[in-house]
Amino acid sequence: MNKTVITVVGRDTTGIIAKISTFAYRHNANILDISQTIRMGIFNMMMIVDTDRSDIPYEEFTDGLKALSAEIGVDIRCQKEEIFNMMHRI
Amino acid sequence: MINIEEVFETNEMILHENLDVRTVTMGISLFDCVSDNLDETCRKIGEKLKRCAGQLAPTADRISREFGIPIINKRISVTPISLIGASCCRTPEDFVRICVTLDRTAKELGVNFLGGFSAIVSKGVTPSDRLLMESLPEALAVTDNVCASVNVGSTKTGINMDAVQLMGEIVKRTAQRTKDRDCIGCAKLVVLCNAPDDNPFMAGAFLGVTQPDVVINVGVSGPGVVKAALEKCRGASFQVLCDTIKKTAFKITRVGQMVAQEAANRLGVQFGIIDLSLAPTPAIGDSVADIIEAMGIEKCGAPGTTAALALLNDQVKKGGVMASSYVGGLSGAFIPVSEDSGMIAAAECGALTIEKLEAMTCVCSVGLDMIAIPGTTSAATISGIIADEAAIGMVNQKTTAVRILPVVGKDVGDSIELGGLLGRAPVMPVSRFGCEEFISRGGSIPAPIHSFKN
Repeated sequence: MNKTVITVVGRDTTGIIAKISTFAYRHNANILDISQTIRMGIFNMMMIVDTDRSDIPYEEFTDGLKALSAEIGVDIRCQKEEIFNMMHRI
Repeated sequence: MINIEEVFETNEMILHENLDVRTVTMGISLFDCVSDNLDETCRKIGEKLKRCAGQLAPTADRISREFGIPIINKRISVTPISLIGASCCRTPEDFVRICVTLDRTAKELGVNFLGGFSAIVSKGVTPSDRLLMESLPEALAVTDNVCASVNVGSTKTGINMDAVQLMGEIVKRTAQRTKDRDCIGCAKLVVLCNAPDDNPFMAGAFLGVTQPDVVINVGVSGPGVVKAALEKCRGASFQVLCDTIKKTAFKITRVGQMVAQEAANRLGVQFGIIDLSLAPTPAIGDSVADIIEAMGIEKCGAPGTTAALALLNDQVKKGGVMASSYVGGLSGAFIPVSEDSGMIAAAECGALTIEKLEAMTCVCSVGLDMIAIPGTTSAATISGIIADEAAIGMVNQKTTAVRILPVVGKDVGDSIELGGLLGRAPVMPVSRFGCEEFISRGGSIPAPIHSFKN
């Protein structure tokens, strides 16, 4: 399974999760986990999605999220899960 | 499954603490480019580099985008050129032509440095080694992206003092030949003792004869991450300090291991080693001096600095070796003065001297690195500095090196701007007492007694 970690950092506003979920749904990426916190007034969200059956190449998927980042006005990053597993799991 | 705290910890390191993969270096053997015709050798070198490294920079860029980890440099190391040019080079100018070929090809491939314009002369100098060494001032003046190194000693062979004497003169001539550019030629030239075969970092990278045809070696970094971790344990005991560095080094190295494996798989090349060095850059927050100061030393260079650096170097290795089965290269902490904002500040305020740096090189991973000295410094004095460093390396069975810039027309109080990763260097004072008679004795210093282990 190709897991991708999407993180969002920015000012809390309505519709952030809705818009990212819709984007994932539209490209057939299955949401596996989602969690969020507010740290010092800043909205932090992490979503793990399975991109195995995504209808677009990985680079287009990340570019799409980048466009969404500009539209919503929050910082969205999209990274393959392995970097986190390597760093935090033995 | 990974949790939100872990994800944000990683991204905090990347976004705010300068965590990066410092270099993905492709080692390429050039033995199959040897011929007795210079044109033919240059053509073969260009072709082989393009064939092997054509996809190096784009692949590293793709990995960087997919995992969200910056990969700063894409580089190449090659077989020491004194070996490759031995049968076709008759003059120093012939070696300059090979250097120009390497430079042009490196630029075409989008790699910012290519290392291996090198000679290994620890026991003796071949005619080819001598020609390459003689070619260095011109070769480094007419090229931009090629790095050169000369290994003048080892624990097993002792120190070749004839080569040490010659390199003092070559460093001076290289400075003179590039005096219009703050003597930048010397920033691309390092004199080593116990040089490793698999070092991915410049200027000392070359692909030793023990290595495979093509290999990927990765240098990880992250002084900013270690410093940020230490900020959180101010006042804690040495045990806490050591554990913190170890854990941080482990995390940093794991990222390097992942990038190395990805790069090797995608390029269809053997994975070599991870070099887990803390390599500073001139950027604020990316400094090894800052780590030492975060440990409780008022200014880098003050008493306690050598002990702090020894602790840092050792804990980085201990954390790193658990993170990767194949650790090599230099691995430890680098202390290049011009490339470290904290070192520059310490040198400028008088806390850090060359003599203290020399003591620090006994416990760090390399040596006297990127130090500007007055242009009036004699060749014999530079040879003396090289000999001292080589002796530290030889006796302590470690790599040591000298990359020093005798800046023509500048003196203590002046500084030079090298730009980019090479940074800015204040001109530091050198002892005014000479060593000409010692340096000009001729011959070599024998290997130390503890080298006889068979």
